[in-house]
Amino acid sequence: MCEVKVITGTSAAAEAAKLADVDVIAAYPITPQTTCVEKLAEFVANGELDAEYIKVESEHSAMSACIGAAATGARTFTATASQGLALMHEMLFIASGMRLPIVMMVANRALSAPINIWNDHQDSISERDSGWIQIYVEDNQETLDSIIQAYKIAENEDVLLPVMVCLDGFILTHTVEPVTIPKAERVREFLGVYEPKHAYLDPDRPVTQGPVGVPDCYMETRKQVEEAMERAKKVIKEVNEEFAERFKRKYGNGLVEAYNLDKADTVLVAMGSVCGTIKYVIDELKKEGKEVGLLRIRTYRPFPKEDVRELLKDAENIAVLDKNISFGFNKGALGIEMASILKNKKVCNYIVGLGGRDIKIDDIKTIINHVEKAEDDTTLWIGLKE
Amino acid sequence: MVTIAAIIYEPGNSIKNKTGSWRTFRPILDNEKCVKCENCYIFCPEGAIQEDENGNFKIDYDYCKGCLICMNECPVNAITKVREEK
Repeated sequence: MCEVKVITGTSAAAEAAKLADVDVIAAYPITPQTTCVEKLAEFVANGELDAEYIKVESEHSAMSACIGAAATGARTFTATASQGLALMHEMLFIASGMRLPIVMMVANRALSAPINIWNDHQDSISERDSGWIQIYVEDNQETLDSIIQAYKIAENEDVLLPVMVCLDGFILTHTVEPVTIPKAERVREFLGVYEPKHAYLDPDRPVTQGPVGVPDCYMETRKQVEEAMERAKKVIKEVNEEFAERFKRKYGNGLVEAYNLDKADTVLVAMGSVCGTIKYVIDELKKEGKEVGLLRIRTYRPFPKEDVRELLKDAENIAVLDKNISFGFNKGALGIEMASILKNKKVCNYIVGLGGRDIKIDDIKTIINHVEKAEDDTTLWIGLKE
Repeated sequence: MVTIAAIIYEPGNSIKNKTGSWRTFRPILDNEKCVKCENCYIFCPEGAIQEDENGNFKIDYDYCKGCLICMNECPVNAITKVREEK
């Protein structure tokens, strides 16, 4: 019925793009994304995937090519990381502003300087406000599943926004795990054929895309993106449910995943692969009779405000882990946002794992001990050397 | 209502979308001084100057952005400017 392969995260992403039967891939290699686009080049070269593979000279061009392709109505894919994502910055706003359902894999990696190719979330967090939906995955299976789901979310007529699926560089991109690969025809049934009604290239129905947005209309188009983000919350939940029905795998409610939240006064909030370590610690503590919960933010944009408020209404000690830092505010992006929606609660922020620094089991225990004793909202850098 | 991503589906939308509202200065053409050299007509970047049936030149203020290139190019100073007031 389906096949299990032991593959890396980047291979899982490439398999997902193949299953989604993408029409155009444009990419430029950058560690730790490279192996994903190499795999796709292989699929196209050996005839496993019937797609145009556009070789470009930079990530700025890769996103430009994807925008051009998506504007004709083609299903497009690209992948990047770190400085490459930063180089795409201006094009990211154009993709979302033109409402093109491009899907991109981001292999999360620190930004220079100093040069660092290892994992943290600074690259994609820095693109928070670009109008892209952001999904942070925990493992390789979720990478594959989320990229398939991403097309269904992006192409939904209530959404029409690009999606980036973010997986931790090296921790997931270069680690092999057993990944269940669904049959292509079942994915095709799930996704359907993309028939754009807004952005297309058809000589019989000429349209102008990306026109001048004079002050008279620009603000309305921005409001439309915000409204689409709001509608995307419902769509992401529905897609997660439908995916679970067909493929027997689900990720919380699509936006957030609750782990041992019911009995816990102390709750950790985090994104990405570190949630696996946290779940391990929670299980260990449970054996000792201590209840700690995890709220995994799967969809960072749109931000699941309502779910967070509801799920954390009884939590007393909230520890938010951030693999990014907003300089000059001494908090990570998730920490700032949790504090802004959880007023009158103790929300401590922990800066962890920057530039590939290990987040150890003891670090998670240190965080739990600290947040339980902390008297006010503090920020603590975990794992710093003296 | 603004379409999604402000995509334009109909040709000829500039009939509805007037661009003359950007103007700070309004060029005024004095037909008495005009020698019909066509310089203003040729140089107008917006195509906002046209010849009427009597051979006189007219500025279409719905589309004139007030760049005043016409005034600059007029060899006989037939075009002057006034501040736009609304």
